[in-house]
Amino acid sequence: MSYSVEIKKLDLAFGAVKVLQELDLNIHEGEFLVLLGSSGCGKSTLLNCIAGLLEVTDGQIHIKGQNVTWAEPSERGIGMVFQSYALYPQMTVRGNLSFGLKNAKLPKAEIEERVARAAGILQIEALLDRKPGALSGGQRQRVAIGRALVRDVDVFLFDEPLSNLDAKLRVDLRVELKRLHNQLQNTMIYVTHDQVEAMTLADRIAVMKGGAIMQLGSPDEIYNRPRNLYVADFIGSPSMNFLEGQFADGSFRIDDMAMPMTGYEYVEGQPSNRAAVIGIRPEHVVTGELVGNAPLQYTVDVDLVEPMGSDTLIYAKLGQHGFRIRMDGQAIVKAGEALAIGIDPARASLFDKASENRI
Amino acid sequence: MADLNANAGVVPQGPKPKKRLSRGNIFLYGTLIVVSLYYLLPLYVMMVTSLKGMPEIRMGNVFGPPLEITYQPWVKAWSEACTGINCDGLSRGFWNSVWILVPSLVLSISIASVNGYALANWKFKGSETFFTVLIIGAFIPYQTMLYPLVIMLRESGDGITWLVSWMNPILEALGMEPFGRIRLMGSLSGLVIVHSIFGMPILTLLFRNYFASVPEELFKAARVDGAGFWTIYFKIMLPMALPIFVVAIILQVTGIWNDFLFGVIYTKPNIYPMTVQLNNIVNSVQGVKEYNVNMAATLLTGLVPLVIYFASGKLFVRGIAAGAVKG
Repeated sequence: MSYSVEIKKLDLAFGAVKVLQELDLNIHEGEFLVLLGSSGCGKSTLLNCIAGLLEVTDGQIHIKGQNVTWAEPSERGIGMVFQSYALYPQMTVRGNLSFGLKNAKLPKAEIEERVARAAGILQIEALLDRKPGALSGGQRQRVAIGRALVRDVDVFLFDEPLSNLDAKLRVDLRVELKRLHNQLQNTMIYVTHDQVEAMTLADRIAVMKGGAIMQLGSPDEIYNRPRNLYVADFIGSPSMNFLEGQFADGSFRIDDMAMPMTGYEYVEGQPSNRAAVIGIRPEHVVTGELVGNAPLQYTVDVDLVEPMGSDTLIYAKLGQHGFRIRMDGQAIVKAGEALAIGIDPARASLFDKASENRI
Repeated sequence: MADLNANAGVVPQGPKPKKRLSRGNIFLYGTLIVVSLYYLLPLYVMMVTSLKGMPEIRMGNVFGPPLEITYQPWVKAWSEACTGINCDGLSRGFWNSVWILVPSLVLSISIASVNGYALANWKFKGSETFFTVLIIGAFIPYQTMLYPLVIMLRESGDGITWLVSWMNPILEALGMEPFGRIRLMGSLSGLVIVHSIFGMPILTLLFRNYFASVPEELFKAARVDGAGFWTIYFKIMLPMALPIFVVAIILQVTGIWNDFLFGVIYTKPNIYPMTVQLNNIVNSVQGVKEYNVNMAATLLTGLVPLVIYFASGKLFVRGIAAGAVKG
C-alpha cells in the first residue's frame, strides 16, 4: 500500500516556541486518520502545515509522492473544511462551490458539472442559489464540505468540522462523513478534540500532546492498549482508574493486596521489578454474578452513585483508593453498601511509574 | 363572575409607571434644547443674513428674518465675488477643491486599503515594525513637515523632469510637444500627493483593524481555493469592507475639503482650494464688507461635508462599530 501523505521530521517554531518537533507521520491511501488531542497540542498546527497555510521551519511534507513542502495550498491536491465553515458570505452556495474552480480557470461546463455532482452527493441542490447567511449550521458545514469535494482532490483536511454544531446534528453529520468516506475512498485527515468522533470515524488515531504524537494506532489499540499514561488517561470517559504500587515477580502489589497479572500481555516479556501504575477502565470492572468468573475479586465500599440512564457510574473505595466503576443502568446500588467486583488483568494496562510507558 | 370574586382581594402591585413630564425629564430635555439652540443659532444667523440685502443688514437686526428675500448674495458668492484678479467667485475654488479631492480620495483609500489588507493578512518579516512606524507618522505634528515637503515637491518635480527628458528628442522628431519643466510644487497634483501621504497612517490603521477582524479561516479557505493576493482582496475582502470604506471616505472628504494649511502652502492663487478662496473673499480689506455674500460663501463651502454626513450617517456609525468590536 502506498502512502498518500508522508510527513518527515517536521519542525515548526514560532520564534523561540517550538510547536512541532521532528514529527514523522505516514498516512495510507484512502485512510481516515484522526489527529486527536486537547487544545494546544499542535494538531491544528500540523493540519495547517499539511495544507500549506503555515510555513514549516524544517522537514518535508510529501503528498502522493510529490514534495509539496513549499508548494502553495492550492497546488497540493488538498481540500479543507474549517470549524467556522468559512463560507464566503457575499457569494451564493453555487459561488462558494465554484470559486476555487474559477480560480483554477476550468471550463464553464466542467465547473457546472462538478458543482452539480458535489451538490448531489451532499444533497444541497435546493440550496445552491442561497447565500450562506440563509443556511442553518448543518447546511453550512455541508456546503463547506462540498467546497472541498468539487476540487476533486486526493486528500481532505478537516479542522474540527463538527465542533460548532449542536449535539444531535453533530452525530448525524458524523455518520454522514463516515458514509462519505466509504463512498469516496479519499484520504482524510481529521482534527478533533472529541474522542467519540475520533473512535467512530478513524481507521487510525494519532493522539498528540505537546507537538508530538504520543500514540498512532487503530481505535481498538488506542483504547485497549494505550502506550503510555497520557493516552490511557485521555481516552475513555469516565477515564481510567489508576492505582500506584509495585510490580514484582509477575504481580502488581498495592498496599497489602497482590494482583497476579495472569493473562496480561507484556510489551517485551515479563519486566523486572519496579514501581508501577495499573490502569483499569471503569467499564472493564464486572459486578453481580459475573464476579465469580473473574480472575481477581475484591470488595469495594460505594461512596456515590450517579445514575445516567443507560448506565450507572459508581464512585467507590478500593482499600484507600478512589475507584470508578461503570455498571448497567438498571443496577441498583446504594451509597454506603459494600460491592463485590471482579477484575480481569488481561484487560488492564500496566505502566512504568518513572517513564509512564506501558510495560 | 366566580373568577372576578376570586381576584377581589388582589391589589395591583409594582412601581408606578413613570410620568413623561417628570422633573428629571424636563431638566434633561430642557438642557438638550438649550444646547442645540446654542449650536444652531449661528447657522440660523448665517442663513438669514445670506438672504438679506445690504441695506437691510445695515439696519442691524441680526436675528430677524429677511423682510425681502434675495438670492443675489448666493449668486455673487458663487460666480462673481473677486479674489485678487479673478472675479469668478467661489466656483473656481469649488472646482479646484473637487480636482484635489477626487484624486486624493481614490489614491489614498485604494493604497491604504491594500496596505491594511496586506498588514492584516499577509504578515511578512518586519510587518509589525512597518506598521508601528506608519502609526507613529500619525502623531508627528504637520508643522514640522511643511517646509521639508516644499523642498521634496520642488526637487522631485525637477527629478521627474529629468527622468522624462530623454523622450523629448523623440517627441520633437515626431512633431509633438516636448515635456516642459514638470512642477509638483504649486500644482494640484503636488497637493494630491501631500493629501494622500498624510491620510496614509490613519487610513491604514482603520483598514488593518477592519481586515484583522475578518475571520482568519475565511482567508485560509480562499488560499486553499487557489486565490492569490489580489483575488482574495477583490473577491473576498472588498465586498465585505463596504462599511469601513464609507468611514474612510467620510474621513478623507471632510479632512481634505476642510483643509486650509496645505492648500495655501502647496498651491498658488489661481488653483487655490475653496477654503483658501473663501478666506480671501471674507478677509478682503478693500471696499465694503458684504456680510450677506460672506455668509453665502461660507455656507456653500460647508455644504459638501454636510451632504456627505447626511448621506452616509447610518453607514458611518456601523463602520465605526464594526472596526471597534475586534481589532
